[in-house]
Amino acid sequence: MNYLLQGITATTWQQLVMFGIGAILIYLAISKKLEPALLLPIGFGAILVNIPFSGALHTTLPGIGEVAGILEWLYEVGIQASEAMPLLLFIGIGAMIDFGPLLSNPKLILFGAAAQFGIFATITIAALLGFPLNDAASIGIIGAADGPTSILVSQVLKSDYVGAIAVAAYSYMALVPIIQPFAIKLVTTKKERAIRMPYNPKSVSRMARLLFPIIVTMFAGYVAPASVSLVGLLMFGNLIRESEVLKSLSDTAQHVLVNLITLLLGITIAASMQADKLVRVETMFIMILGLLAFIFDSIAGVLFAKLLNLFSKNKINPMIGAAGISAFPMSARVVQRMGQEADPQNHLLMHAVGANVAGQIASVIAGGVVLGLVPGMLV
Amino acid sequence: MIEVFKQSLTLMWQGMLAIFTVIFAIYLVLSLFPKIFKNKK
Repeated sequence: MNYLLQGITATTWQQLVMFGIGAILIYLAISKKLEPALLLPIGFGAILVNIPFSGALHTTLPGIGEVAGILEWLYEVGIQASEAMPLLLFIGIGAMIDFGPLLSNPKLILFGAAAQFGIFATITIAALLGFPLNDAASIGIIGAADGPTSILVSQVLKSDYVGAIAVAAYSYMALVPIIQPFAIKLVTTKKERAIRMPYNPKSVSRMARLLFPIIVTMFAGYVAPASVSLVGLLMFGNLIRESEVLKSLSDTAQHVLVNLITLLLGITIAASMQADKLVRVETMFIMILGLLAFIFDSIAGVLFAKLLNLFSKNKINPMIGAAGISAFPMSARVVQRMGQEADPQNHLLMHAVGANVAGQIASVIAGGVVLGLVPGMLV
Repeated sequence: MIEVFKQSLTLMWQGMLAIFTVIFAIYLVLSLFPKIFKNKK
């Protein structure tokens, strides 16, 4: 009869905590609709991998030997081997993005760069807390506000905290409507938030739309070669979209590919959420540091906009800087809403969208830059 | 820990410099696009 009770008797309190975390993530996904495409699979996967002797992980059966578990196999093949899942997802994301608002107002791209500062500020704080550089960098990249980038960088740098980093990244992306208003109000006045920006888009030529993904890939690749896979696949997806001769591939990338990879990515990430890896003090620090990363990103974007205003005749609403994070389109909507709260006649959406898509480019460049610089510092 | 902290500061300025270099180069090219490519649509 022992075999009926062995699972129950082998359950640790950490596994019970993970069941609770899994349940909370599922609740947030279904009831609060926070990033359900990722949080629901991650939450359910967390339950799957924490059941004692779970067949979803590699197990050793007496008399048989090692038996592969599907989730651990998916993790080894889809993430550990070559980060295939997050990278292939970028093709779909690139196919979904319309860079028109950015191309019609190029200076918005600068806010994408500024809003990546939170990554590096968080790395510094993580270092002060005692994390080794590879883990600190992996934690800091939560500030890229991009799930696939966070997973990829933390996996390449062989961080011990891939699971916690993924949960933090996706959770905070979903919480942008709460985090960003708080951060923006810390460094702006109502008068600044009410600054109007007329929208007079310049037309964008087809050639510009076609050359843009190629140019971004080349420039990013030459400065940060490690970013070629990240930026390259994002821009490949965008080129498929803009070519207008591959409509079925573009549709497939935007829908079938994105849905398929998203379906597998969330539950695969759960393979790194075993209780002994997640239920520790460091996870709590990671959740706090991830939150700080988002706050610093927003503040840095706003302060950069204020800096540009010192030299600009046409004032920029500083909140546009905060839209330079990669959380698209939530961040743009937050800025639009806050602008209208300060002045109901103010319409900032298209400016914010331009900065927001710039943030998507800058965040993958930031991921590549971190991957290019950190390994050299580890030797 | 101090060594890692110093490395993180180096990473900060080198990283932001690299990001801004790429982004600024892209910005310059995008600024030239309207002069080079007239929208025929």
